[in-house]
Amino acid sequence: METMPRWADVILVPLINLVLAFSVAGLVVLAIGQNPLDAIYFMIKGSLGSTRGIGYTLYYATNYIFTGLAVAVAFHARLFNIGGEGQAAVSGIGAAVVMLAFDWPHWALALPFAIIGAGLFGAAWAFIPAWLQAKRGSHIVITTIMFNFIGAALLGYLLNGLLKSPHTQNAETVNFPEGAHLPTAHEVLAPLGIAFNKSAPANISFLLAIACAVLVWYLLWRTRLGYQIRAFGKSEAAAKYAGINAVRITIVTMLISGALAGMLSINVVVGEQERLIKEFVEGAGFVGIAVALMGRSHPFGIVLAALLFGMLTQGGFELLFEMPAISREMVLVIQALIILFTGALNYMVHDPVERLFLRRRKRKA
Amino acid sequence: MSFMKAVLGTVSAIALSATAALADPAIIYDLGGKFDKSFNEAAFNGAERWAKETGGTYRDIELSSEAQREQALRRFAEGGFNPIVVTGFAFASALETVAADYPDTKFAIIDMVVGNDNVRSVVFTEHEGSYLVGVAAAKASKSGTVGFIGGMDIPLIRKFACGYVQGVKATNAGATVIQNMTGTTPSAWNDPVKGAELTKAQIGQGADVVYAAAGGTGVGVLQTAADEGVLSIGVDSNQNYLHPGSVLTSMIKRVDVAVFNAFSAGADLETGFHVLGTANGGIDYALDENNAAIFTDEIKAAVDAAKAGIIDGSIQVHDYMSDNSCPVM
Repeated sequence: METMPRWADVILVPLINLVLAFSVAGLVVLAIGQNPLDAIYFMIKGSLGSTRGIGYTLYYATNYIFTGLAVAVAFHARLFNIGGEGQAAVSGIGAAVVMLAFDWPHWALALPFAIIGAGLFGAAWAFIPAWLQAKRGSHIVITTIMFNFIGAALLGYLLNGLLKSPHTQNAETVNFPEGAHLPTAHEVLAPLGIAFNKSAPANISFLLAIACAVLVWYLLWRTRLGYQIRAFGKSEAAAKYAGINAVRITIVTMLISGALAGMLSINVVVGEQERLIKEFVEGAGFVGIAVALMGRSHPFGIVLAALLFGMLTQGGFELLFEMPAISREMVLVIQALIILFTGALNYMVHDPVERLFLRRRKRKA
Repeated sequence: MSFMKAVLGTVSAIALSATAALADPAIIYDLGGKFDKSFNEAAFNGAERWAKETGGTYRDIELSSEAQREQALRRFAEGGFNPIVVTGFAFASALETVAADYPDTKFAIIDMVVGNDNVRSVVFTEHEGSYLVGVAAAKASKSGTVGFIGGMDIPLIRKFACGYVQGVKATNAGATVIQNMTGTTPSAWNDPVKGAELTKAQIGQGADVVYAAAGGTGVGVLQTAADEGVLSIGVDSNQNYLHPGSVLTSMIKRVDVAVFNAFSAGADLETGFHVLGTANGGIDYALDENNAAIFTDEIKAAVDAAKAGIIDGSIQVHDYMSDNSCPVM
C-alpha cells in the first residue's frame, strides 16, 4: 500500500492541525472582542518565556507523558484504556503508603520504592478491567471508565478515614517525611550554575518520564513481548493463530499501561504536593488520550505532544492573568479546540495531504 | 523572548501587563469557581460591591488545578497586588509558603487560620447563626421534630449541626432533631438528588422544618421541602427567594463583608485573627418579603432575644470545633 512519507505523517499533519486549531480558537477570541495575536503571544510567553513558566510547563508535561504512554501502550494492543484517571488516582494511595511507611532519610532511597508502590497500585487498578476483558469479554472502554469513578470514591473514602491527617479539615494525608523531598529543577540546576525559578514545581520526575518513554519504545519495538503486543493489536485472529496467548497479552499490556499511568503520582504526589490530596489527577488521564492520539502512539511523538499540552495548560493559566476578559471557560474552549483538531478531526487533514503526496509521486513516475 | 516580540510586533504587551497600578487588591477563588451560587459567589459579590462603592479596580482569578494555588498567589504578589484575598481552607498550606516569601504583601484567608504575620485569618461563628435558626425552627415546628442535613461530614459542618441543636433544645427541650450528612467526599457539596432523598426520609420521620448546611446539595433540600409542604432553612447566602413561603429563613454568613472589609483596608490591612459573628454583622438570619408571612412576630421575638443574648454574652453557644465534641448530641 502506498502512503505518504513518514515525516509528513508525524510532523506535517499535526502541524497543519495545530495551525487550523489556533485559527479557529483565534476566531473565538476575536468574537469576544480580544486580540488573538495577544492571546497567542501571552500563552507562549507564559509557558516558555521564563524559567517559572518552563518549570510549570515541564511539570504538566511530565504528567501528560506518563498518561500518554499509558494510553499508547494499550492502544498498540488495540485496547482503549480510558481508565488512566482512575489508575493514577489509585496509584497515589500506593505512593502515599510507601512514603508514610518509613521516615525516609533521603529521596534516592525512597524514590524506587515509591515507584514500585505507585506502579503496583496503578497496575492493580488496571488488572480487573483487563481480566474482565480477557476472560469475560466485558468491553474495556466501559469497565475502565467505570473504574475511574470507583477509584475516585476509594481515594475519597481512605482520605476521609484511614489516611486522613488529623490536623486539617481537608481530605488529605499528613506531609511526607522531609528527607524524601524530590529535587526540583531549581535544586538540580543550581549546582551547574543555571538559575531556575525556585517555586516552579518541575522535578526529577521529568527525567523518569523521559526514561519511561525510552523504555516503552524499547519494549514495543525491540522485545518479543512488544512484538506480540503489536501483532495482537494489528490482528487478533492472526496473533492467536501464530500462538500468541490473547488472555496473557491483554492482561500484561493493561498492567503495563496501569503502572505507567500510576507514575503520575510520583510527579504530583511525591514530587509536588508531598502529601496525598483528593483531586490530584485533575483530568491528566483524559488528556493522555489526546496526547497519545496526537503523538501517533509513538513515545517520541508523545513527549512532543505532552510538551505542547503542558504549554497549553500553563500558557492558558497565564492568559487569565494577562487578559482578564478571557475567562477560565474560554481557555478550556481553546484547549478543547486544539484537542478536537489534533485528535478527533485528524483524518480531515490526513487524507487530503496523503492524496497530494501520492499525486505528486505519480507525476514523477 | 526577543524573537517572539519581533514576530508579533503588533502585540500591545505593555497595555495588558499584569502589574497593579496603585496596589490594587486581588482575590483568588477556590476550585468551585466564582459563580457557585454560594461561598465563592458571595466573595465575588463583596469584591464587586467594593468596586462599585469606591470606584476602584481589582483583579480576580479562578483556578483549575491544585498546583495553581501557589502559582496564583505568587503571580499576584509579584504583580504588586495588595491585599490578596483567598477563599476557603484549602489555600492554607500554599498561603503559608507564599506569605513567608512576600512579607510586605498583606493576605487574607477566609474560613481558616494561618499563622503568618502578614495574614488576616477570617473565621465565622457559624454556630451562633445556626443557634438562631434552631430557635426559629423549634418555634415554627408543629410536630416537635426538626431536621438537619449537612454536606460533607467535616468538623465545620458538625459545628453548624451542634449550634442548631442547641438552639432547638433551648427553645423546646422535648424536641427531636434528626441529623443526616450527605456524604464523606467533596461531591457531598453538590448532590441535590441525595439532598432531596434525605429530606423525604426526614419528613417521613415527622420533621416539618429542615435546615440545609450543604452547599449545592441544599438546593434539593429546599426544593423537596417546598414540594412536600414543609418549611426549610437556607444557608450562607439569603436563599429565602428560592421558594417564597416555604423557606422559613436563611442563616447568612457574610463572606462578602469579609472580602469588602479586606479590600477597603487596602495595604494597611490589619492582620491576625478576625472573627465575624452575630455581634459585628458577619452572621445573621434573613428576613425579607419572601418569608415575612411565615416568619411570625412570635418567632422573630424569640430569635431576636436569642441574638441579643449571644451578643451580650448571656447565651453561650458551644463551638463544636473548640473541642471536637457537642454537649447536646
